[in-house]
Amino acid sequence: MSSESAATPLNGAEIVLKALVDQGVEVIFGYPGGAVLPLYDALFKQNRLRHVLVRHEQAAVHAAEGYARSTGKVGVVLVTSGPGATNAVTGLTDALMDSVPIVCLTGQVPTHLIGNDAFQEADTTGITRPCTKHNYLVKDVCKLARIVHEAFWVARNGRPGPVVIDLPKDVLVAPGPYTAPESVVHRTYRPRTEPDPAAIDRTVEILAGAKRPIIYAGGGIINSGPEASRLLTELVERTGYPCTLTLMGLGALPAADPRFLGMVGMHGTFEANNAMHDCDVMLCVGARFDDRVTGRINAFSPNSVKIHIDIDPSSINKNVRVDVPVVGDCGKALAAILARWSDRKCQPDRKALGRWWAQIAQWQARNCLAYERTDRIIKPQYAIERLYALTRGRETFITTEVGQHQMWAAQHFKFEAPNHWLTSGGLGTMGYGLPAAMGVQIAHPDALVIDIAGEASILMNIQEMSTVAQYRLPVKVFILNNQYMGMVRQWQELNHGGRYAESYSEALPDFVKLADAFGATGLRVGDAADLDDAIRRMIDLPGAVIVDVAVDPAENCFPMIPSGAAHNQMLLGPADRPGDGRASEEGMVLV
Amino acid sequence: MPSSQPSIERHTIVVVVDNEPGVLARVIGLFAGRGYNIESLTVAEVDAAAGVSRINLVTSGTPMVIEQIKAQLDRLVPVHSVHDLTEAGPHIERELALIKVVATGERRIESLRLADIFRARVVDSTIESFVFEVTGAPEKLDAFVKLMVPLGLVELARTGVAAIARGGRSL
Repeated sequence: MSSESAATPLNGAEIVLKALVDQGVEVIFGYPGGAVLPLYDALFKQNRLRHVLVRHEQAAVHAAEGYARSTGKVGVVLVTSGPGATNAVTGLTDALMDSVPIVCLTGQVPTHLIGNDAFQEADTTGITRPCTKHNYLVKDVCKLARIVHEAFWVARNGRPGPVVIDLPKDVLVAPGPYTAPESVVHRTYRPRTEPDPAAIDRTVEILAGAKRPIIYAGGGIINSGPEASRLLTELVERTGYPCTLTLMGLGALPAADPRFLGMVGMHGTFEANNAMHDCDVMLCVGARFDDRVTGRINAFSPNSVKIHIDIDPSSINKNVRVDVPVVGDCGKALAAILARWSDRKCQPDRKALGRWWAQIAQWQARNCLAYERTDRIIKPQYAIERLYALTRGRETFITTEVGQHQMWAAQHFKFEAPNHWLTSGGLGTMGYGLPAAMGVQIAHPDALVIDIAGEASILMNIQEMSTVAQYRLPVKVFILNNQYMGMVRQWQELNHGGRYAESYSEALPDFVKLADAFGATGLRVGDAADLDDAIRRMIDLPGAVIVDVAVDPAENCFPMIPSGAAHNQMLLGPADRPGDGRASEEGMVLV
Repeated sequence: MPSSQPSIERHTIVVVVDNEPGVLARVIGLFAGRGYNIESLTVAEVDAAAGVSRINLVTSGTPMVIEQIKAQLDRLVPVHSVHDLTEAGPHIERELALIKVVATGERRIESLRLADIFRARVVDSTIESFVFEVTGAPEKLDAFVKLMVPLGLVELARTGVAAIARGGRSL
């Protein structure tokens, strides 16, 4: 212990803040309450850490996710006990599903009251156990500093995820020792990051012999850092192999790369899904064969040799049996593959690859993302296309809510770099986009940050417009307003005989007035001729803007793999119906 | 489909964990949350100085599910290591049962006779009851319990399986 800390012992709250500073934290997203008052008091007395006050604890976690995913740093959340912690649960689950590094500090009633049903008591570690990577209840101030450092280590190493530290109020006021982060060595958690050289050899051997290869990459590349994206791009360039990305992986390979086939999966492109189905070698990098990607599992890519690179061994052979598992960090594995490829002077089979690309070109010629062009009515796809066209060349971050608008954004906005696309993939959390955009904007004050939203999703965390106002965040909310919970309506149309139970967005607010009420600018556009002007105004206005874009309410999101169908059974448009026009019986029960 | 259904296998798995609050809840929660079976689970501290506990669990599932169970257990933060004794080779499984039999006359004598055959010990006795203590593989206990039912078994306590690999090698 240093003489300084010996002279003035810190209390628990001060230890927490000192540990955060030593971990490189700059911003905390939070909301105060009784159990965390000592922490807020300590925050008040310092100026190293910036606190951003949200309006709901769920939004604090999403904002921290936005901050984390756009910077690669750990996002930090501070909420009170009881309802503060339970409100954070959706955000924590979202971060767990999408592997976002978060440290969430929750207040707790004093240790002697735990278990007494005290005011604002909840069993936070019990509730958050299945929705965090790990959690701690700190009962002894002497362990506090070590636990905070350990929490950061656990959150960012291996497959990243959210970690909760539950802090009883008496621990926050008790004096205790401080330990520096260097001294933290984890007893049990040591994830493997270096891939097995033998598995790399085998991978390169299979890749070099491929006739119809595909590289299928996901969010693991983004989590591994920008270098992994660069290496993926290099691998694609060196081999000339086609590459598809998952929803979470968009930006890992520049969208402009001619070998990019677009997104894979339920609303992925016709060419990507058919290439996945017909390939003979599949290299999966940092993706997890999610059901939204695979479609019907027993019809998934039936004739391919599958290689799977993942830092989480439990992702391997979970949904799909693979032939070559490679446990390790995506970036390290890609570097090793490239090195081995060079060592062995591997050459792709040009002739076979030529034939494969010719086949892919035929799929691409179907132009699966095409939509009906209209004069006046704004098609949602067109709105995204224009948004992309008019924001090109700027540093632009896109967040989304969840639903049709999210899929249209993924299909029609082109991402050239990692960490610029933030969406709730695994959990599918409506209400994610606005708070996530706040987190991005806090981390990148000068960037253009746009939440592409639906009129239903945006209302789920609309209170955050108040946070946007308080911190003068120039966040842009671009609402594709079709007056429906569009994806729900689309499924009701496809699977439930067009009975639109409760999916109509009744009694919507006037979004222009709503923007005004929160000190932002509201714009409304309903005519395609005025769309470009509205987007330009949105970009040029210095503050927060809500653009309410009235889009064609009947438009559905295509192409689509209906639930229970295989990759090569895509619906390309509204006229295209599976079998008798409904999803299979088997598919009906799937979500 | 021509291929046969994957077979269900029974595996005995040892999980070495940090003896910290909530670690058992993590393991059990994992099984409940992901729909895995637990046939038996025992836990006790085995190294007080190092604060290490050993969980012995018996589970069943297809080979793919068993592999998932081990991978999921291994990624829990307080888990030191996961060992599949069934896969690793020959191992010993032992379980202890306490069996209360209430009977008089011939049935009482017969229960005592069978207890002797199974090397069960009488650890408590009244004029009309016995408590037997019996140790062995789960199948042996099953057999003994089955015999005791018609002879007046009224209550049964079983510990679940503790298991260890044969031979000189340790985990």
